[in-house]
Amino acid sequence: MSGGNTFLGMPAFPQNAAAAVQDSQLRFNLRKATHTIRGKRASVVAELPDWEELRTAGKEIKDHTLRNLERYLLQLEEAVTAAGGHVHWAADAEEANRIVAGLVKATGETTVVKVKSMATQEIGLNEALEDQGISAYETDLAELIVQLGDDWPSHILVPAIHRNRSEIREIFQEKMASFGRAAPEGLTDEPRALAEAARLHLRERFLSTKVAISGANFMIAETGTLVVLESEGNGRMCLTLPETLISVVGIEKLLPTWQDLEVFLQLLPRSSTGERMNPYTSTWTGAVEGQEFHLVLLDNGRTRVLADEVGRQALRCIRCSACLNVCPVYERAGGHAYGSVYPGPIGAILTPQLRGMESELDASLPYASTLCGACFEACPVAIDIPEVLIHLRGKARHPRAERLGMRAAGWVLNSPARLAGAQRLGGRLRRFVPGRLPGPLSAWTDTRDIPDIPAESFRDWWGRTDGGTR
Amino acid sequence: MRVALFITCVNDTLFPGTGRAVVTLLRRLGCDIEFPQAQTCCGQMHVNTGYPEEGRRLARHFLDVFAGYDAVVAPSGSCAAMVREQYPRLVGTDEAAATVPKVHELSEFLVDVLGVTDVGASFPHRVTYHPTCHSLRGLHLGDRPTRLLQQVRGLELVPLPGAEECCGFGGTFAVKNPAVSAAMCGDKVGNIMATGAEVLCAADNSCLMHIGGTLKRQRAGVRIMHLAEILATTEATR
Ligand code: SF4
Repeated sequence: MSGGNTFLGMPAFPQNAAAAVQDSQLRFNLRKATHTIRGKRASVVAELPDWEELRTAGKEIKDHTLRNLERYLLQLEEAVTAAGGHVHWAADAEEANRIVAGLVKATGETTVVKVKSMATQEIGLNEALEDQGISAYETDLAELIVQLGDDWPSHILVPAIHRNRSEIREIFQEKMASFGRAAPEGLTDEPRALAEAARLHLRERFLSTKVAISGANFMIAETGTLVVLESEGNGRMCLTLPETLISVVGIEKLLPTWQDLEVFLQLLPRSSTGERMNPYTSTWTGAVEGQEFHLVLLDNGRTRVLADEVGRQALRCIRCSACLNVCPVYERAGGHAYGSVYPGPIGAILTPQLRGMESELDASLPYASTLCGACFEACPVAIDIPEVLIHLRGKARHPRAERLGMRAAGWVLNSPARLAGAQRLGGRLRRFVPGRLPGPLSAWTDTRDIPDIPAESFRDWWGRTDGGTR
Repeated sequence: MRVALFITCVNDTLFPGTGRAVVTLLRRLGCDIEFPQAQTCCGQMHVNTGYPEEGRRLARHFLDVFAGYDAVVAPSGSCAAMVREQYPRLVGTDEAAATVPKVHELSEFLVDVLGVTDVGASFPHRVTYHPTCHSLRGLHLGDRPTRLLQQVRGLELVPLPGAEECCGFGGTFAVKNPAVSAAMCGDKVGNIMATGAEVLCAADNSCLMHIGGTLKRQRAGVRIMHLAEILATTEATR
């Protein structure tokens, strides 16, 4: 089942990606989905003449909030409490899971419904609840597909992006019954039929469950309001029907004022689903009549990220997934290769910062990019992802052979005389360079020919001919 | 105007013909050019692979070498972008302020500084142009290179599908993530073949080396040429 912990212990990104690239069905599904949504995003973004101003506003609001995070968090706590909610602070995943499990247990219930949330996946909440005898049911259609398929989400917005319609039909037919209402007889792979099957399955769940768990896209310090944007309306069912609502939200999701929301309600849907406006925006402030409300504020590495001057811009992220959809590496490798609930370019910079770069996988993530810059261009809050990637590479452990090679190259390149010497040596040995190179360089010659090494470098030509005049 | 050539270490070592083409072209356009012999490398490989210290040393060396010139011209979008985007972060804005703005990629220099788009070239072939990521999104070269190509006598410029997509080179990425790199280049090559072009042109030999190496391995019969090489060709030299 989806969650945070079992991802660890995965091999490094290059190996995961190499396997994914071989899966032609996966590559086809990913290419089709990312290119479709990429096109939609581009056209609705192009409609707004002030997109760049909006983007700058989004960036500045987030930066201002992050610089004053403590102050705004305390303001939020006060506002939520005043509105009858309870605020809990969780330093890490373990503490957050313990708090949520305790709150659910206090209600005497053993099942909860969930609104799609990245934060609860990040901390592996579903597994932690399962260990306590509590079953958590995802209600977002794509999350449901992933959960029923005993699979991992592979995209922020479209967790089941790697699945096609017929695969989904099979998952529904095989698994729905063991989770509740079975899939209807004779289910086809028509999108309408699949959506109807999910609707019936979920409706039963909504009406019978008394506890709901959500995340939030935004929290407003001024009013204590939480905001969820969604497409299906299932989240709204979870937010309103149950008697207890527990929201687990990363501390960076804050906005100072209600008015700031205006900027993000434009940036997020256009960047993420390529829509002018998302179909459902739900807001709630503290407890409403007949419902108890708990807010769990999650740190889990975020204050550490905040301490890094270059890396902290990753906390501006509003999880729109635009960077995934334009990323050529994500398109081929798929989300699972990143070994984290945050895949793609944002995953490559956020995950190693949240988790640290000790594991082989985390250390390989900053290298999962060609630095082509498409992600930066697409990001609605202007996170300079390439800049952060390079910054993290500077902090990563390097393999010994590479370190020696780079040092040697640095030594040669640091002196024109040494560079000229190396070029002459290369020119003289050019006939002996084999078509297939050994060691790590074999990765080059597996699919590409190496260029012919010229007999004379440019600088030697310039010297010999006096700049081409002799 | 004292114009210095920054030929870049990859061109100097592996593609000296590109450097010679730049010399031919700029002389034809009446520029007085110099090649500061002390130049080496912009430091991009080191910085992008995670060795900022080595990169910083190379950046300082670059700034020393090119400080005295009115303009610096480089036939590489990627190295020009490195200097322009990353040097201020790497060595500090003050240290970078005097030299960095004078560094131009070749097509920028031709169009913005010299104010020409017709450079008097002649090259009667079917050509497709790959904009390369750092030229496109780092330097925002826009249509400068294609405007130059459109003025070349006899040249038929055919559009490249998915032109703005990365070819998968990415410096050490091509070696560190070979499977993804090869998959990306495979798609790029497919798009190039679909154009029916005889020549693939770009303003960066590193991307061309990667794509060209794949084209050659697949015996695709498409040649690679740097923008400078096409622009340097005239009826007399053809
Ligand atoms: S990094 Fe930017 S583009 Fe990527 S998910 Fe976050 S906000 Fe969206």
